[in-house]
Amino acid sequence: MISAKELRRSFGPVIAVDGISFDVAKGEVLGLLGPNGAGKSTAMRMLACFLRPDSGTAGICGHDIQREPIQVRRCLGYLAENVPAYNEMTVGGFLSFICDVRQIKGGDRKKALDRVVPMCSIESVYHQTIETLSKGYRRRVGLAQALIHDPDVLILDEPTDGLDPNQKHEVRKLISRMSKDKCIIVSTHILEEVEAVCSRTIIIARGRILVDSTPQELKEKHKCSLDAVFRKITRTKVA
Amino acid sequence: MNSFLAVFKRELKGYFTTPLAYVFLVIFLFFSGYLTFRQRFYEMRQADMQTFFMNLPLLFVFMVPSTAMRLWAEERKVGSIELLFTLPVTITQAVLGKFFAAWLFLGIALALTFPMVITVSYLGDPDVGLIVTGYIGSMLMAGGFLAIGCFFSAVSKNQVISFVLSVVACAVLVFAGMPTTLNYLSGFLPGGLVGAIEGMSFQTHFESIQRGVLKFQDLSYFVFLMVGWIAACTVILDERKAK
Repeated sequence: MISAKELRRSFGPVIAVDGISFDVAKGEVLGLLGPNGAGKSTAMRMLACFLRPDSGTAGICGHDIQREPIQVRRCLGYLAENVPAYNEMTVGGFLSFICDVRQIKGGDRKKALDRVVPMCSIESVYHQTIETLSKGYRRRVGLAQALIHDPDVLILDEPTDGLDPNQKHEVRKLISRMSKDKCIIVSTHILEEVEAVCSRTIIIARGRILVDSTPQELKEKHKCSLDAVFRKITRTKVA
Repeated sequence: MNSFLAVFKRELKGYFTTPLAYVFLVIFLFFSGYLTFRQRFYEMRQADMQTFFMNLPLLFVFMVPSTAMRLWAEERKVGSIELLFTLPVTITQAVLGKFFAAWLFLGIALALTFPMVITVSYLGDPDVGLIVTGYIGSMLMAGGFLAIGCFFSAVSKNQVISFVLSVVACAVLVFAGMPTTLNYLSGFLPGGLVGAIEGMSFQTHFESIQRGVLKFQDLSYFVFLMVGWIAACTVILDERKAK
């Protein structure tokens, strides 16, 4: 459902993403791992059609990100790293704006809200303005925004960052539950999360893919914890 | 509802969920009235709104950029632009949605000057046609200023910088047509060039509409101005959205 081909993007002299290619199929949860500044967010932003790649391209649900960005965005749910939202709006108002843009109307809108609001446990803050929310609630509102149209493809940039352990557990459960009929990419720094939810993992450093494997395979191959594997790979191969 | 309307609706609501709209409206209405009456509105003993409309360009130079400055600068600063442009919205739809919402807001501000019309009608028998063209001209001018403000709002993440740049740009376009400027320029510039500068000024076209005649050249001036600046805004936004 996602196939990236030689995606490349630089910002001035800095090469953020340096020709990465991968495919993700339905039912897979791909964990993007990498040290800070490795190019995870840039890669995700390109897939979400926010940034244009310098070269290379990707297809999502059969649409090309360069030629048909609007169609791509229609079938995609994207949660950005810093959870951008309109701070002066209430959660309810914000979600109905998203429904307006995504053209979810009438009965469908009610159904979508009834599904997504309890799913992300944001009932208690539904009438609160977004600027008054804690980091965790804000992230859950962002998640609700990404899920409201029940997309086939989900791209989540650090979805559990800033959540308390209970909420982290909930979000992981949610991702696992949805993984059967969706194609999900998750970026994270938390390696236990990769073990908990991801069926496959890609380790990126300096814009290049270093490893494309499953968490189990990695642990068996290196005979140590994922934490140690990560340090070993990103330190030796980058240095 | 398509994406344009969704952006339009959100933006218009956005004005009224913050105190911004009310602060703007109070200040605008106060000054539009104050300037009119200060300039001997009663002493002229003429039932028309000329004094009212004459003051608008100067007022708009400050007021319109203050409405426009947040349009994109805030969106880029807060980062919500990343949300907006990962939703199924094209840049053109978003730019137009925001532009028309802000324009309608300025239209509301202008409409709220209706007590002026009532006053004039009560005191005498004004030419309705002149009042109507006056308002049309003011709306067009507001749109022109707004398009400029919209562009500069996309240029910088900083609202103050956007505001200052668009005030300067609007002021240049207004003052280029003032008789004092034109007199000064005609001292050392060839007549053709002075004429061209005059033709590019807001003031010239606005005054022309104030005379009660909607000429094609005046209308097309404002339309081209808006289309041009909005197109430039779209281009620059596409270029800078992620920076």
